[in-house]
Amino acid sequence: MRTYHQLTDPDRSGLGEQIGAQRKRVADRLAGVRRIVAVMSGKGGVGKSYVTANLARALGRAGKAVGVLDADLNGPTIPGLLQTPHAARRTTDQGVEPAIGADGVKCISMALLLEDGAPLAFKGPTAESFVWRGAMEASALREFLGDIAWGDLDTLLLDLPPGMQRYIELCDILGNPPPVLTVTIPTPESRDAVRRAMRAAVERGSQLLGIVENMVGGELKGSAGDELAQEYATPVLARIPWHPTPDTWNRLVAQL
Amino acid sequence: MKFLCVECDQQMAFGERQLPGDGTLAATFKCPKCGRVVAMLTNPMETQLVSSLGVEIGGRTVPAQPLETVRKMVATGRDDAFDEGGEPRGHAAGHNGALTWSADAQERLSRVPSFVRGMVKKIYGDYAKERGITEITPAVMDTARAELGLEGM
Repeated sequence: MRTYHQLTDPDRSGLGEQIGAQRKRVADRLAGVRRIVAVMSGKGGVGKSYVTANLARALGRAGKAVGVLDADLNGPTIPGLLQTPHAARRTTDQGVEPAIGADGVKCISMALLLEDGAPLAFKGPTAESFVWRGAMEASALREFLGDIAWGDLDTLLLDLPPGMQRYIELCDILGNPPPVLTVTIPTPESRDAVRRAMRAAVERGSQLLGIVENMVGGELKGSAGDELAQEYATPVLARIPWHPTPDTWNRLVAQL
Repeated sequence: MKFLCVECDQQMAFGERQLPGDGTLAATFKCPKCGRVVAMLTNPMETQLVSSLGVEIGGRTVPAQPLETVRKMVATGRDDAFDEGGEPRGHAAGHNGALTWSADAQERLSRVPSFVRGMVKKIYGDYAKERGITEITPAVMDTARAELGLEGM
């Protein structure tokens, strides 16, 4: 009996072609984006979204066209951080228009689409939903990349949730691992979690742009930024104090 | 996923797809040599897994719409998430050459959850325009659903 790869007749479902069309849609959409940067950590609560939003605003103030894709589908915070007013997303054949936040930053986030206070829930069978939920979230991420009318951007920042799952999905969707900006706090606990994430990024082939050490100068003790920088031969681009000024972020822009 | 008629050593060809509305899917495949037909029946979890990939067994019948999977599958979307450029026009608002919706069709469309309504409206509108239909009625919607495989819309 012949096996799967030995059957070569055209397949009307064309599932492979459908997946290929999805990837082309993303590639076509992002053709006008000069630079994609994934902001990740591997550790929750270190301020990834806070860093992402303020970095985006600083880029906007510097005259750059910048967008933020809030890839934290279950805990989206970017619209709030960018002070984005709620408005219905205008939809045309060309795609869904992004929201415009402070300093002209374009953004898309599940927070713009969900009922106030409601969790991200999908239609479908509830039993063993873990089987398909990850694929559903990956599809949502793909559509955020490919269906939002980003226009020409100098930089598209991707604010990833804690953990590595969304980063791996992103690599698969983009076809190339994106450059990574890593966020940590000074503590050894953060260092250990972020180390794993950085290793995964390196193993996938992502360029490490550098480290942002957040929440520096307070009660959180440690030297995670320096230790990770040395271990991965990448610079500490910024140390963000508890009360940063716009200059703090402007300096990060100059380093990036 | 492919199907092989072992007796004929022939790859079976896709026939038709049905979504009964209970979360399951049925698709038929036919051997081009002996004509034998088999049905693939998937349970709700398997059907959902395919849907979650944003692909359609049997091939796409309409072009992918912006945020299609999000709009079709998110259960907690806000009513005013999307602006599709206005409600469908009835006879009173119509003019020569414009697409209109009968009152019954508008009423049926109004029962579609608003999060996905605009997308559904556009699919029906495109279907009508491509066929030179100037008024969308429930009968047109039924025909479009059957032709395009828009089960559940």
